[in-house]
Amino acid sequence: MTVRERLREKISAAFYRHGLLCASYPVPIILFTSASILTCCYPLLRLPLPGTGPVEFTTRVRDYTVPSHEPQGDLGERPDWYRGPPVAYIQQVLVKAAVSPWDSTLVPVDVFRSPLGRVFSLLEEIRNHVHNDGSGVRSLEALCLQVTDLLPGLRRMQKVLPEHGCLLVSPGNYWQNQRELFDSDPDLLKTVHQHEPKGLHTSATLRDLLFGVPVKHTGVSLYSRKRVVTYIITMVLGSYDARFLSSLRARLRQLHPSVNCSLREDHMVHVHFKEEIGMAELIPLVTTYIILFAYIYFSTRKIDMVKSKWGLALAAVVTVLSSLLMSVGLCTLFGLTPTLNGGEIFPYLVVVIGLENVLVLTKSVVSTPVDLEVKLRIAQGLSNESWSIMKNMATELCIILIGYFTLVPAIQEFCLFAVVGLVSDFFLQMFFFTTVLSIDIRRMELADLNRRLPAEAGMPPPKPGPLRPREAPPPPRPSPYTITLQTPAFRNLRLPKRLRVVYFLARTRLAQRFIMVGTVIWIGILAYTDPAGLRTYLAAQVSEQSPLGEGGAGGLPPHLGVAPVFPGPGGDPASTLSVLPAPDEPTPLPENQSQGHHGAPREGVPHQAPPLVPQISWGAEDEEGWRRLSFRHWPSLFSYYNITLAKRYISILPIIPVTLHLSPREAIETRHPQDTRHPPPPSHKTNDLPADLTLYKVAALGLAAGVLLVLLLFCLYRVLCPRNYGQNGVAHGRRRRGDLPCDDYGYSPPISEISPLLLRGHSMDIECLASDGMLLASCCLAGQIRVWDAQTGDCLTVIPKHGLRRSSSSGCWEQRDGWDAVGVAEPENLGGETEPGGGVFDEDEGYPLRRRTTPRPALFEDQPDLTPLIDTNFDSQPPSHLLLTPPRDGFDFGGLVEKAYLEHEPPSPGLTASYPSPSPPSGPPPQRRRSLGYIQPPAPQGQGTPDWESAVWAMELRGNLIAAGRSSGKLELWDAVEGSLRCSNEDGVSGITALAFLNNRIVAARLDGSLDFFTVDINKPLGLLQYRGPPGHSKMPPSPCYSSEDVISCQLTRSVQCAHQKPITVLRAAAGRVVTGSQDHTVRVYRLEDSCCLFTLQGHSGGITAIYIDQTMVLASGGQDGAICLWDVLTGSRVSHVYGHRGDVTSLVCTTSCVISSGLDDLICIWDRSTGIKLYSIQQEVGCGASLGVISESLLVTGGQGCVSFWDLNFGDLLQTVYLGQSSDGQGVRQLVVLNNAAIVCDFGSELSLVYVPSVLEKLD
Amino acid sequence: MPRLEEHCWSRSCASRVESKHFSGGNWVASRAEEMMSIVTTVLSNAYGSLHSVRTANLIRRGLVLFTVGVVLALVLNLLQLQRNVTLFPEEVMATLFSSAWWIPPCCGTAAAVVGLLYPCIDSHLGEPHKFKREWASVMRCIAVFVGINHASAKLHFANNAQLSLTLAALSLGLWWTFDRSRSGFGLGIGTAFLATVITQLLVYNGIYQYTYPDFLYVRSWLPCIFFSGGVTVGNIGRQLAMVSPKGHNVLFQFRHNLDFGH
Repeated sequence: MTVRERLREKISAAFYRHGLLCASYPVPIILFTSASILTCCYPLLRLPLPGTGPVEFTTRVRDYTVPSHEPQGDLGERPDWYRGPPVAYIQQVLVKAAVSPWDSTLVPVDVFRSPLGRVFSLLEEIRNHVHNDGSGVRSLEALCLQVTDLLPGLRRMQKVLPEHGCLLVSPGNYWQNQRELFDSDPDLLKTVHQHEPKGLHTSATLRDLLFGVPVKHTGVSLYSRKRVVTYIITMVLGSYDARFLSSLRARLRQLHPSVNCSLREDHMVHVHFKEEIGMAELIPLVTTYIILFAYIYFSTRKIDMVKSKWGLALAAVVTVLSSLLMSVGLCTLFGLTPTLNGGEIFPYLVVVIGLENVLVLTKSVVSTPVDLEVKLRIAQGLSNESWSIMKNMATELCIILIGYFTLVPAIQEFCLFAVVGLVSDFFLQMFFFTTVLSIDIRRMELADLNRRLPAEAGMPPPKPGPLRPREAPPPPRPSPYTITLQTPAFRNLRLPKRLRVVYFLARTRLAQRFIMVGTVIWIGILAYTDPAGLRTYLAAQVSEQSPLGEGGAGGLPPHLGVAPVFPGPGGDPASTLSVLPAPDEPTPLPENQSQGHHGAPREGVPHQAPPLVPQISWGAEDEEGWRRLSFRHWPSLFSYYNITLAKRYISILPIIPVTLHLSPREAIETRHPQDTRHPPPPSHKTNDLPADLTLYKVAALGLAAGVLLVLLLFCLYRVLCPRNYGQNGVAHGRRRRGDLPCDDYGYSPPISEISPLLLRGHSMDIECLASDGMLLASCCLAGQIRVWDAQTGDCLTVIPKHGLRRSSSSGCWEQRDGWDAVGVAEPENLGGETEPGGGVFDEDEGYPLRRRTTPRPALFEDQPDLTPLIDTNFDSQPPSHLLLTPPRDGFDFGGLVEKAYLEHEPPSPGLTASYPSPSPPSGPPPQRRRSLGYIQPPAPQGQGTPDWESAVWAMELRGNLIAAGRSSGKLELWDAVEGSLRCSNEDGVSGITALAFLNNRIVAARLDGSLDFFTVDINKPLGLLQYRGPPGHSKMPPSPCYSSEDVISCQLTRSVQCAHQKPITVLRAAAGRVVTGSQDHTVRVYRLEDSCCLFTLQGHSGGITAIYIDQTMVLASGGQDGAICLWDVLTGSRVSHVYGHRGDVTSLVCTTSCVISSGLDDLICIWDRSTGIKLYSIQQEVGCGASLGVISESLLVTGGQGCVSFWDLNFGDLLQTVYLGQSSDGQGVRQLVVLNNAAIVCDFGSELSLVYVPSVLEKLD
Repeated sequence: MPRLEEHCWSRSCASRVESKHFSGGNWVASRAEEMMSIVTTVLSNAYGSLHSVRTANLIRRGLVLFTVGVVLALVLNLLQLQRNVTLFPEEVMATLFSSAWWIPPCCGTAAAVVGLLYPCIDSHLGEPHKFKREWASVMRCIAVFVGINHASAKLHFANNAQLSLTLAALSLGLWWTFDRSRSGFGLGIGTAFLATVITQLLVYNGIYQYTYPDFLYVRSWLPCIFFSGGVTVGNIGRQLAMVSPKGHNVLFQFRHNLDFGH
C-alpha cells in the first residue's frame, strides 16, 4: 500500500467522520460558522467604503502653504494625496440679494431681475480689484487660472463659458457679462432655460455651473415665495495669494456688508477626486461580471435531485461570497490593506475559488443510495469525493504559490487574497455547505417518507449501512392477490412529473432571476454613482469620519463659538435657506435684521399693514454651498477645458458672503418693458389649493388606471387560459383515470404530438416479434407471419399468402401447481378432440378465423394426452367464462405471460386472459406465481404436417430471412420479401422455444432442454451476414442480403442434447457467444463457432428468467429468486450478485453505465454496472413493467397497460407516456423492440404499434 | 494623441485572422469539404436530411463563435485603453470604434476558424476531448482569459521580461486547467506563432507601430495572449461542437452515434 493510498484512505476516513458530524449537529455547526464568518468580516467595518466619491481634507487658511511634493515625515492625518499644489484654488462669492421691502406693485420678475443685474457691477468690482502692497501689484488677471479653448464638442456652450482668459463663472455669463445684453433681454428665464440639456441628466448642468447653487435654491423663478435670489460668482485661481484674497474679501464686505453673517472663514477644503469609472472602463467590468454570472448560472444549474435547488444554489453562492469577505477581513486584520480595485478583481477571485467543490459535493451526496440514513449519505458522499477535493485544492494552492513568486506586487496581493479565500472557502464548504446540504437532504427524505409511508407500513425498513449490505432474499409473495391490492400510490423513489416541472420552472426561473439580480445590481451601481444618490451620501459619511471633515450641514464645530443659526433640522442637508414668512413684528431672532439698511420706504404700501420683507439669512449650509451640488460639479467644469481632476485635488477657499438689498424703486427701474406681461403671482391660498387638487387628480387617475389594468389582466387571463387550467390532462380524451402513474399528483404531462402508428392486419394476438432494424416480422396466434417495413409501417408480406390457415393456432393453457410439472394443452395438438372447443371459439367474435375449424386427424400422437385436462363441457359454462374474457376474480396471469414473452419470445399461446379454470381435473389452481409455467412438455415427433399446422413459437429475422421455430420442432426459413419458404429443417422433434440467429448460424433451444446449432449455407458468401449485433441494435442495411436465386440450406451442425436438465427458458446470442438460461438454475455459455460449452455459471437459486449479453461481453442474468448476477464472460466469474426484486426478474437491459431490471414486483431497478449499487428504482403500475427497452444511454422505454412510457435514465423521471389506442383495457404491452431508427415497436393486442421517439424528448445535457 | 498601444490587441487579432486566411484557409476548407463529402456519402442513403442538419449546425456554431470573437475583441480593446477618463459617452463610443472597422469582424472570423478547427482536429486525431466538458468550465476559461488580458493591460511590471514570463505562466496554467490535450497545445502554439509572425511582418511593413516595443519592434507578451486566446476559443468551439447535436435532439445524437459506429 503506497503512501498515496494510505493518505487517500485517511483523508476519506476523516471526511467520513466529518460528514457524520455535520449531519448530526446541523444547527450548532451553522451557528458556529455564521459566527466565524461575522468575526472574520468584522475588520471590514473599519475600511472606508469603496467608491469613487471625492475625498476631502481641511486645513486652516491662516498658516496655509502649498504642500510640497515630497512626503513629509509627520504626515499625521494628512492624506497621501495631499501633495504638491492643487489643480486650482476656488474662490467663491456668494451673493444673496432681495428686493426689500416687497410691495404689491412689484411684478414677479422683479424678484430676480434687479438682483441678477447687480452681478455685473460685482464682477466689475472683482475684476478691477487690485491689491497693492510692497511687493507689487496683484490683480485677478494675474492670479486666475487661464483657460484656453473649450473642448471641441461643446460648441453650444461657447457663448456662455469663458474662453481664452480667466476662468470666472457667474450668472452674468449668460449674457456674456454685458449689462446691455441683460437689460435688453426680454425673458431672463428663457435665456437661462435654453441652455439646459433636454431629458434626464445626471451630471452637472450649465445652470448649476453658472449659478453655483442648486436650481431650487437660486430663487430665480416667477413663483419664488422667498424672494431672495442666491448665486455664486466663482473664481478659479491658479495660484494662491493670501493678501490679495483677503483684500478682496475686505473690499466686498465693505461694499456689501452682511451683518448677520457669521460664516467661518478660516478653513479651506481640499477635495481630492478619484478616478472616474468611465464607460470605457465599465464595459470590460460589466463583461467580466456577465461572464461571472454565466459561470454561476451554469454551475448551479447542475444541482439536481435535491429538495430545494434554489436553496442550495443560494448556499453555494453564499459560501463563495462569504469566503471572499472572510479573506478580505482576515487580510485586513493582519495589516494587509487591499490596494487593488476590489470591483475589478472580484470576478476573477470568484472564478479562481470556484463553485466546483460545492457541486461535486452535492452530486456525490445525492448519488448515494437514497435509502441510507441521511447522516450516512452525507458521510459517504463526502468521503467519496474527499480525494478529488483535496487534490484540487492542493493543485490550486500550488498554482497560486507559483503566482506568488512572480514578485509582481499586484499579483502577489491577488495570490495572497486567493490563498486566504481558498482556505476560508474550504472551511465554509466543509462546515456551512455540507450542513445545509444535510438539512436539505433530510427535508427531502422526510417529504419522501411522508409520501410513501402509508404504503410502506408493512414493508421491512431499509437497512442502513455505509456499504449497503446485501439484502436478504425477499420473502416470497404470500399470494398473487396482493398485487392487486397495491395501490398505485405506492412508489418509493420516483421523480414524478410534478417535480420535474418544478425543476424545469426552477431552471428557467434561475435564468430570470439572475437577470433580475443583475438588473438590481446594475440599478444599485447607478444609484450609487448617481450624484444625488447613495454615493454622495456615503461620501459624506466617509468625510464625516475623516478627522477634519465637516460634511454635514448642521455640524458646526462648537469650538468656533458660533451658535447654530437655526437649531431646527440641523442635520438635514436639504434644509434650505430659511426665511421666516413675514412675521408681524420684528422677530426676536438676532439674525433677521435686514430692514434698516436701505431705508426701505414703508409708506409706499400704507394699506398693507405688515409689508413683506424678504429676509436674508446666512446659515451654516451657505459655508460650503458647493456641497449641495453634484460631486461632478468641479470635474465637469474643468473637463470643459480638458483638465482632468482624476487623482488630483482642488482647494476651495472660504466663501465671501455678499448681501444685497435693493429698493423697489431700483427694481422697477431695471424692468424690461415685457416684464409686466407676466401675470401677477397667485396668492398663497390659490397656490396651495391647485397643488392639492393636482394631487387628488393624480391619485384618482392612478387608481383608475390600476383598476383598468387589473380588469384588462383579468380579461386576458380569461381569454387566454382555459377554464380548466391545470387540469387539462383530465379532460384529455386518451387519458384514463388511474392508468397513468402520475395522475394522482394532479399533474398531467404535456399533450404529446406523438401518435403511434398502428400496424393492423393480424387477426389475433401477436406472439412473436422480430426485427432487424429495417424489417419487422410479427407472428400472431393464428400463425400468420407478417413482414412490415419498419420505417413506414407498410405491410410487405403476409405468410401464408393464401387463405389456408391454421385452424386454431393456440388454445387455452393451464397451469398446474409447480412450474416443472406444468402441462399445457394446446387444442390444436389435440386435434379433433377439441372440436367442442372450436365451438367456443366460434362465439368469440374477435377471432372470426377460428370459425373455420375443421376436424383434423390427431396428428400428435406422441404428445401426452392432455384430454383430461380440458374441460370440454363448455356449454355448461356461462359466457363470461369464455376464453379471453378479462379475469373476474382479480387473478391475472398477464404478468406471467408478459414476462415470459419478453424473455424468450415464447411459444406460449400468449393469451393474456387468465383461464378461469372451470374445473381443472388436475388439481388445485396454481399456488405460486411462476413465470415459466407455460413451458410445455416435450412434444415429440410431429411430422408431415403443413407448415402452419403448428404454432410458431420463436421467430428471428436477419437480413431477408425469417427463421421461425415451430412447436413441432421444425425450423423454417422464409424469405421475408417474397414470402416463400426457402428452407426447412425437421431434424428436431421437440418444440423450439427460442431461437437465435447470428451470422449464418441459428441456434434453437428446444423444450426438452437440448440445444441445436444450425448453419445456414448459401451458394454465395454473405458479406452482410458478418455483422454481429444484438437483435435490437442491428444495423442491417435495408438491401436484401439473400437474393431469391440463392439456394439456402439449413443444416444441423451440432445438437447438444441435455444442454440443461430442465427446459431452456432464455437464449441469447451476441459477440460469438450463445448463452442459455434454464430452469435448472444455471446459465451456460457456448461458443457459437464450435458449439462448445465454455462455462456453466451457477449462482442463482432459482430458474433463470432473463439474460442480457451484448457486444461488450457483458452478461447479466436474472432469476426467479429476484437476484441479478453480472458475469465476466471471458473468465466465467461472477462479478456481482444483487437481490433486487421480490419475485422473478422479468427483464434485463444494460447500458454502458447501468443495468436496468424489471421484476414481477413491478419495480424497475437501475443499478450501477460497475459497482452493483442500486442507483434508484421506479415503482410502476401493476403488471406493466415487464417489457423494457433502452433507446439511448439515457432513454428508457417501458411498456404499460395500453401505453409506453419514456423515462430519463439519469434522473429516473418520467418523460412521457404515449397511449397506443383508445381502448387499453387489459391490453398490456408485452413485447417491445427498439429499432435502430429510434423507433420502438410493441405489440398491442392484435395490432403492432410503431412509435417514433418523440421530439419532446429533446433534452439538453 | 496617437494611442498605438491601444491598437495592440486589435492588431493581434487582425493578424491572427490573416494568418488563418493565408496559410490555413485553403487547407481547412479542403479538409472540411472532404469530411463533409465523406459524411454525406455515409449518410445520404439512410438519412438524407442529416446533411442539411449538419451544415446548419456548422453554420450556427460558426456564427456563435464569430459573435464571441467580435465581442471579445471590442471588450479587450477597451480593456487595453489606458485610463484616460472621459466624461462624454460620445467619446467613449468613438474610442470603442477607434480601431479600424475591420478589426472586430476579423477577430470574429478568426475565432470562428479556430473554434471550428479544434473539434475538427480532435475528431481527426481520434481523441475526443473529454476533459471538463461543461459550460461552467468554459465560462471559467473565458473569465481567466479576460483576466490575463486585464493583467497585461493594467498591472505595472518591473520589466518586460517579468511581464512576459508571468503571462506565459498564466497562459500555460490556462491550458493546463481547461484543456490538457496535446492537440489543443499544438494548435495554440501554432496560432501564437503564426499570429506573431504576421504581426511582425505588419510592423516591418510599417502598417503599425508600437508605443513601447520591447522585442524586435513588437511587444513580447503578444504570443502569450494569442496562445491563451486560441485555447479559449477552442474550448468554446469544442463545447459547442459537443453540445449542439445533443442539445438538438437525443434522437439526433443517437443516429449520429449509430452512423459513426457503423
